[in-house]
Amino acid sequence: MRRLVLGAALVMLAAVPVWVGGTYYINISSQILFYAIFALGVNVLAGYAGLVSLGHAGLFGIAAYAGARIMNEGHGHVAVAAGALALTLMAAAVFAVLALRGTGLGFVMITVALGQIVWGVAYRWISITNGDNGIAIRGRPSPLAISLASPAAFYEATLVVFLIAVASMAVFVASPFGASVRGTRDQPRRMNALGYHVWMIRFLAFLFSGFWSGVAGLLYLYYNQFVSPQAVALTASAEGLLMVIAGGTATLLGPIAGAALVVIVKNVASAYIERWNFVLGAIFVVIVVFMPEGLVPGAVRLWRAAPSAWSRLPGRHPRRGAA
Amino acid sequence: MSLWVVLAVNSITLGGLLFLLSAGFSLIFGLMKIPNLTHGSFFMLGAYLSTSLIARGFDFWTAAVVGGLLVAAFGGIVERLILRRLGGAELAQVLVTLGLSFMVADVCLMVWTGDPIRIATPSALRGVTSVLGVGFPTYRLAVSLIAVIFAVALWALLERTRLGAMIRAGVDDPAMARVVGIRVSRLFTLVFSLGAWLAGFAGVIGGPILSVYPGLDQEMLPLALVVVILGGSGSLLGSLVGSFVVGFLYNFGQAMFPELAYVVLFLPMLIVLVVRPQGLFGRLAA
Repeated sequence: MRRLVLGAALVMLAAVPVWVGGTYYINISSQILFYAIFALGVNVLAGYAGLVSLGHAGLFGIAAYAGARIMNEGHGHVAVAAGALALTLMAAAVFAVLALRGTGLGFVMITVALGQIVWGVAYRWISITNGDNGIAIRGRPSPLAISLASPAAFYEATLVVFLIAVASMAVFVASPFGASVRGTRDQPRRMNALGYHVWMIRFLAFLFSGFWSGVAGLLYLYYNQFVSPQAVALTASAEGLLMVIAGGTATLLGPIAGAALVVIVKNVASAYIERWNFVLGAIFVVIVVFMPEGLVPGAVRLWRAAPSAWSRLPGRHPRRGAA
Repeated sequence: MSLWVVLAVNSITLGGLLFLLSAGFSLIFGLMKIPNLTHGSFFMLGAYLSTSLIARGFDFWTAAVVGGLLVAAFGGIVERLILRRLGGAELAQVLVTLGLSFMVADVCLMVWTGDPIRIATPSALRGVTSVLGVGFPTYRLAVSLIAVIFAVALWALLERTRLGAMIRAGVDDPAMARVVGIRVSRLFTLVFSLGAWLAGFAGVIGGPILSVYPGLDQEMLPLALVVVILGGSGSLLGSLVGSFVVGFLYNFGQAMFPELAYVVLFLPMLIVLVVRPQGLFGRLAA
């Protein structure tokens, strides 16, 4: 039964270009997929490791910028992907070494600062990043001689990468390593006492998270064929985090649902209102205040609790009642 | 006047502004454990509000104080209505302040449009004052002087008054402070509003130097973060030293490596993180 559902879902996903109709919607589907990969990456840290990073757009952006630069040097897509991801992993290692000097709020503050450094480089170091004008690339690559120029072809390629990402997450969650990452989130001291190297576990989780952020950044570059400092702004990191929190942290499907929600709201909202940032901020505040466990579980809870608990709705959830 | 003197004066001025901004940030962080990501927004909001006040005929200093008060009121409301509900959930508080900063930025863009607005230098402080035969822009000297006065006043408040003793007790051990009868939750609102006021006021007096434009909030916030990471959270002396270090690095960095100024700014922070994670004047977290 479960396999049947999974198979049906796969067929549905693969057939999106057929049933969704229209280039516009296919492109939105592609966006959802690569932002979902980004959100999955962020979720490794924010969800499973309990380390909230507000600098992940920096890693996303490093991959995109590195890819653009390598591509414009005239290298093929294998070199582009390998180079960009290697650079992203190195950056993730540096980020991790610095950010893991703190946990909790210290970690958040350091990642904000690191993300802003990347933004500063993207914005100001004009000889490398072309500043505010950004870098354009000549076109999408053609891996295995298949052109990704058409929206449908790009969608299918993104879907393949997305499925690999989801599979890697499923393996990660079920693996002993995944369990030890969750252990360092819940009981770092006990983990330490049990002989686990807490720092190393967090470091590796950071690399894993950074890797998928980099993959998403590369797909972002291929999709837009352009990258500018906007991609590495604090807003972009916040969006990634919002996807995770909106969908539900430390779940496999939550970040994907969250990515779909944010991308759809962003596209719909920007069609009707100019003030996307306001909407983003407002969604953030509402979700954090009213549904801290994420939209899907939160909606279920509110639905069940609606008749009796309407009056004590705002912020009386036992999870954070004790202050 | 040689380039270096100009740079030094500019650095001291920026350091003074940063001190006003980050002292509040540091106090809030020290007492409430909230890295208040709306702090840059408070700075920008204060500056914007004062431009409207000045346009309605208020003089500069009234606009600075009243603009700061409006920001403080906003901060107090945010603390009471939103952050209070999330008491103890630190992460949720960070995210809420981030969400609010986006909302504030967008509202400012809507109300005051995207064009930079320059706040006119108060007429009494225009021109140049010569000190020891060297001419300095009077307004910049005044800003530095204001920062020094505030530093002394804040120090006196924290170290020499009953209220300050209560705040320090709250920073050191909130649970114990509650037990001995200090109303820590009231202190939270007070400190948050005070921090917001300082940030808003800094935004106004920074106006004639920096002017006000969209994105000013996101530009100032990392500076405040760096100051606090450098100096150590909850330490007034740390904020003071950190502010001037950042002020000098920013100005000299911009003059010597214009493309890398922003990165140069973060280097000492990285060194401090590696060598002394609690900050130069911070104490190890209990």
